Amino acid sequence: MSLYNRLVMQSSLIKKYIMALTGIVLVGFVFVHMAGNLQVLLGQEAINAYAHALQNLPAPILWGSRLFLLVCVVAHAVTAYQLIKENRAARPQSNEVEITKRAGWSSLRMGLTGSLMLAFIVFHLLHFTIRTIYPEYNDLKTTVGSPDGSEIHDVYSMILAGFRIDAISVFYVFCMFLLCRHLAHGVSSMFQSLGLRSESWRCKLDFAASAYGWIIFIGFSIIPVLVLAQKYGLVNCLDTCGSSCSVNL
Amino acid sequence: MKLFLKVWKQDGPQTEGRFESHVLDGVSEDSSFLEMLDQLNEQLLEEGKEPVAFDHDCREGICGTCSLNINGFAHGPENSTTTCQLHMRKFEDGDTITIEPFRAKAFPVIRDLVVDRSAFDKIIQAGGYITVRTGSAPDGNALPVPKEDADLAMDAAQCIGCGACVASCKNASAMLFTSAKAGHLNMLPQGQAEKDSRVLNMVAAMDEAGFGNCRNYGECSAACPKDISLDYIAKLNRDYAKAKIKKVFS
Amino acid sequence: MNLDSKIPEGPLSDKWENHRFSSKLVNPANKRKFKIIVVGSGLAGGSAAATLGELGYNVDCFCYQDTPRRAHSIAAQGGINGAKNYQNDGDSVHRLFYDTIKGGDFRSREANVHRLAQNSVNIIDQCVAQGVPFAREYGGLLANRSFGGAQVSRTFYARGQTGQQLLLGAYSSLSRQIASGQVKMHVRQEMLDLIVVDGHAKGIITRNLSTGELKVWTADAVLLCTGGYGNVYYKSTNAIGCNVTANFRAYRRGAGFANPCFTQIHPTCIPVSGDHQSKLTLMSESLRNDGRVWVPKNVEDCGKAPSEIPEDARDYYLERKYPSFGNLAPRDISSRSAKEACDEGRGVGPGGRGVYLDFEDSINRLGENVIRERYGNLFEMYERITGENAYQRPMRIYPAIHYTMGGLWVDYNLMSTIPGCFVLGEANFSDHGANRLGASALMQGLSDGYFVIPYTIGNYLTTISPGGIDPDGEAARQTMESVKERVSQLVSAKGKRSSRSYHKELGQIMWDYAGMARNEPGLKKAIGQIQDLRDDFNKNLLVTGTGEEYNMELERSGRVRDFIDFGELLCRDALDRNESCGGHFREEFQTEDGEATRNDEDFAHAAVWEYKGEGEIPARHEEDLKFEEVKLAVRSYK
Repeated sequence: MSLYNRLVMQSSLIKKYIMALTGIVLVGFVFVHMAGNLQVLLGQEAINAYAHALQNLPAPILWGSRLFLLVCVVAHAVTAYQLIKENRAARPQSNEVEITKRAGWSSLRMGLTGSLMLAFIVFHLLHFTIRTIYPEYNDLKTTVGSPDGSEIHDVYSMILAGFRIDAISVFYVFCMFLLCRHLAHGVSSMFQSLGLRSESWRCKLDFAASAYGWIIFIGFSIIPVLVLAQKYGLVNCLDTCGSSCSVNL
Repeated sequence: MKLFLKVWKQDGPQTEGRFESHVLDGVSEDSSFLEMLDQLNEQLLEEGKEPVAFDHDCREGICGTCSLNINGFAHGPENSTTTCQLHMRKFEDGDTITIEPFRAKAFPVIRDLVVDRSAFDKIIQAGGYITVRTGSAPDGNALPVPKEDADLAMDAAQCIGCGACVASCKNASAMLFTSAKAGHLNMLPQGQAEKDSRVLNMVAAMDEAGFGNCRNYGECSAACPKDISLDYIAKLNRDYAKAKIKKVFS
Repeated sequence: MNLDSKIPEGPLSDKWENHRFSSKLVNPANKRKFKIIVVGSGLAGGSAAATLGELGYNVDCFCYQDTPRRAHSIAAQGGINGAKNYQNDGDSVHRLFYDTIKGGDFRSREANVHRLAQNSVNIIDQCVAQGVPFAREYGGLLANRSFGGAQVSRTFYARGQTGQQLLLGAYSSLSRQIASGQVKMHVRQEMLDLIVVDGHAKGIITRNLSTGELKVWTADAVLLCTGGYGNVYYKSTNAIGCNVTANFRAYRRGAGFANPCFTQIHPTCIPVSGDHQSKLTLMSESLRNDGRVWVPKNVEDCGKAPSEIPEDARDYYLERKYPSFGNLAPRDISSRSAKEACDEGRGVGPGGRGVYLDFEDSINRLGENVIRERYGNLFEMYERITGENAYQRPMRIYPAIHYTMGGLWVDYNLMSTIPGCFVLGEANFSDHGANRLGASALMQGLSDGYFVIPYTIGNYLTTISPGGIDPDGEAARQTMESVKERVSQLVSAKGKRSSRSYHKELGQIMWDYAGMARNEPGLKKAIGQIQDLRDDFNKNLLVTGTGEEYNMELERSGRVRDFIDFGELLCRDALDRNESCGGHFREEFQTEDGEATRNDEDFAHAAVWEYKGEGEIPARHEEDLKFEEVKLAVRSYK
């Protein structure tokens, strides 16, 4: 801890570097995660096989990556907490009139969106990864997507089952909107924190960041939206007719 | 013009502040914001009341003494303008104007709207200079400086040290000031010898003074009367990283 | 009063070199035993404090602003002269010397001016090394422009903010010394008196503007770098805080005040728009390169919009009166002509105090874009202040008080008539004579601070033993008592009128009778009016609050009180100088066509005033100016 204090806590800029570097990792992670999720649209077999492959990566890689991500999330959150604490102390009295010329909602609310994202990550892990909220998801087994015909976890059915609950889907979409707003500031800002942005590029980067935020939002939200839409008979694009699917929409 | 003013009053650094309301009539549209306050003070004197203390000096937008948060904006709503260059024609007859001091822990209030900005001096003392003995300088043309570098250095050097960047930042960060000052010298060949120690020491002094952290949302640059660009903050981030890495591995 | 200028022997160009060699040196080990007070942190004070600190002296530096970087040197726009001859256009130290002497209308000391020209070269080098971002050419070398009617390009500049950049350079050097502990900086402190013991300056008394605390500071020498007194006119291009108090207090303690009537008026300022106005803003004189100055021929047309006044009803009076120089006539001449036109009732704008500066012809000839490129920032500034678009209608301009050439008398070592009290920069009288050339003020401040005082102060310090005086001793106590009494008098003033109202009234008297043009009856009237104003001030002043707190009213009252006394001194000097020269124009002394008539026979001297006590008429002394190098000539711009 003393080394951490000496290296990190004493300098405002190093804290910003940590935010940016961990931010890059997390920005990359959400994209990969989203791309993986979208395989739901390809059907039960694709997503199940993908999930199975991920879970059966060699332990050092699997747990190494998980640990790395965990460290990034924790470092991102702890440093953010430190920064916010210092920022509040630096401006103990607020103005009677608080107003901005340039800063928008998302850049001013990084702490709020970030905290909610952290809560969401915990919920999401308990919901789909550790599955303590609905332990019955552990019992969803199938051979579809299995590389060797043995029974594997039916991720496809779990997703459908998870999102057919209206409140959960709405909550997920809402959280993805927060993520979108978080990214809209964060993706451009991390370049600035690392000294890699210039004013002539700022508009382009801001646009790219915003676009990235919306891509992530759409990419993640499309699945709960489709699940609900199908549940209420608005569309029929997710395959639930096969004998292997244990969820009916 | 008739104006309704809501002005911050605070007797000293240790005391609690409060707002006082005043009505000021007969304000000329041609007067500057500070001249309007002069007029208010004359009126207060006539009424036998204490005038409102505020900082001001050159009244032509260059010394950086005037401050004031006007309706929530450091130096008022106009862009590229100091309070002394803000004119009353930018307001409407009958407006209510809220006037507050620049607020930051590093800028304690001395009285009313007057704040102590000596934290900025501390940052400069930490490294905002080039060490050169008087009389020891080589000929001015001995060291050519590319015009573009000189122009960029000048863009940064224009900073008037008013503190609007700190006041407009929700985190009271002094990154724009520090980066402009370090950037000006770091961009010139004369400033290279001390570049690394300069950024490390200036940032340390900035942190120590109790300023907040940069959130990259650019309010500072939007409020800056000299339009100092966020590029200098990026440059400081870059220079600091390089200096720190060099230091760790040396 | 001893007015020995101590000008060194030898040919003019060797004087400074000889003097540096013969000046006494202070042993490095002894330097740290000496304590030096520097009052003011502008170009002169900041550079002096930094350099003396670097040499090893213990320096205490004071300023009334909240940081040394805000001194009013920061507002200088145009540039700084340096006889570098980088343009290969025939410039030399001697030419800069000659231009400055002639520009000063032959009322300055040859030796001082020559030293200034010599040092100008080093100043540029020093500032470049400090990182001052001077304008560059594409090759990376320093750029120059011509300025102030000089025939060579010798002005170095940093956009329109040269003063700011030079001051920040000095401030950065000063900051380095503050960090090292060699200089102690005391901000928001105003000097209220000079402590003089056995005729030597040994310290000052300051008031802390934040807390009201009065304090004695002792030292072995005191440097006053406190700027000019332009604010005696209330409205000037000076900062609001600029004041004469430090200089005037030194004068009251025995320092001679030289040539107070030499004030400079700048022709291109934004005119007064109303009673509320607190300050006048200067716009670069370069505007006159492309603008034509005119007023309506007929008084009846003055209220009309300028576009409604036909060409033949306009009086382009500068072109009419000075066909060869036209709109580019020198500062004093074009200022006076504007005043004359307005006095005839032909002025335009609020109060009839303004003349048009019209760009219509230039816009038609060159296009709006060219004009925008050349003067865009000035047009913007004009619009911000007046709300008028100068591309569409002519600008209104009027002259304003800008710089004061007079100041405390100093010898070649920059020491006043009080041993141990040195005066640097605009605060002294030495280098600009009766009129200052453009881009020379910055040069003088830095020359005095960086390159003169570090050498010459040794001549004094080696004659005394270090250690100063006892801060609790009799002399300091007495001075402190008088300051306390003065402050308590002011703070107990519970009359009806604010100090600002007195300052305004004083300014009006000064401007009307001791402004651009002066005459005997007017000056006598002014002296009477000022005396009445003083009586009224003593009876009816209102100061709120107490002395033990931040109190703007108290601050201003003390300054205005000194301005009132000083204004009278200025008028007396103007009254006794029976000639017209430089910024001092006496209507009785002009040629038939209105040109200034200098009187070299009787007035080729600096008039030095000695304080004789409250209510007494000060004594006038003279230091004769000897011209060995240059021939006195008449300035003509026909």
